[in-house]
Amino acid sequence: MFQNKMEVSFESISENESFARVVVAAFITRLDPTLEEISDIKTAVSEAVTNAIIHGYEGKRDNQVILRCEIRDREIKVVVSDTGVGIPDIEKAKEPLFTTKPEMERSGMGFVFMEAFMDRLEVESDVGKGTTVTMYKRIEIPMRMEESCEKSH
Amino acid sequence: MKTEWQETEKSDIAYRVERNTLVITLGSELDHHSAEHIKNRSEYYLYKHQIRHIVFDFAKTNFMDSSGIGVIMGRYKTVRGLGGTIAVANVSEQLERIFVISGLHKLVDRYQTVRDAIQ
Repeated sequence: MFQNKMEVSFESISENESFARVVVAAFITRLDPTLEEISDIKTAVSEAVTNAIIHGYEGKRDNQVILRCEIRDREIKVVVSDTGVGIPDIEKAKEPLFTTKPEMERSGMGFVFMEAFMDRLEVESDVGKGTTVTMYKRIEIPMRMEESCEKSH
Repeated sequence: MKTEWQETEKSDIAYRVERNTLVITLGSELDHHSAEHIKNRSEYYLYKHQIRHIVFDFAKTNFMDSSGIGVIMGRYKTVRGLGGTIAVANVSEQLERIFVISGLHKLVDRYQTVRDAIQ
């Protein structure tokens, strides 16, 4: 079974949202994901990291977001952690369109997208201590060239 | 139609005004970082140029997350109050899914090209 792990820590500024997406996309390249799978994972990572920056750390810089990624066989596990304010009511936070920051034009769709684009989502949070979001997604075995040619005939 | 006003920002987002329509050509990625920029700049154009309608051009865009939904929703609320509309053009299949899941596709008009959207 193939296994690999990585961890990065970066400052809580919005520029790092694209950095986090690119890091995860690069890390999973070996599994040969489709463009759709890459896009799904990038969206989910972006949501989790943006939440850590905007909500966890309330937009304040000089805090660290930790991004961990693990591959076990064909399953990807992505963990995004902050040591920020925490979420008082996780179920409420997951509701579509619910946001604590409407004035910032937050759509309230972050957790909805994480759930839609990943296979599984776990959220752990302690008020005053921080939040950890863990997401899993299985990458299907890529179709070989000859198979895809046969299929298209 | 002649473009009356055009500006290219330092970022890869471009804004131009055609009569009462603001055309925003988005960059390659629409996330929280770029959404903040679009929010601030579009408010400026709205008040300075008596804008009624906004067209978001996704031709160069290959990524959007819920922050993108938020900024489009925000502009929708603003122009709706002025009797205007929001249109999107050149939306890829991948981004189409984001529009559908968020329900935003019910609020905005979709067109193949910016030209179609303006007309």
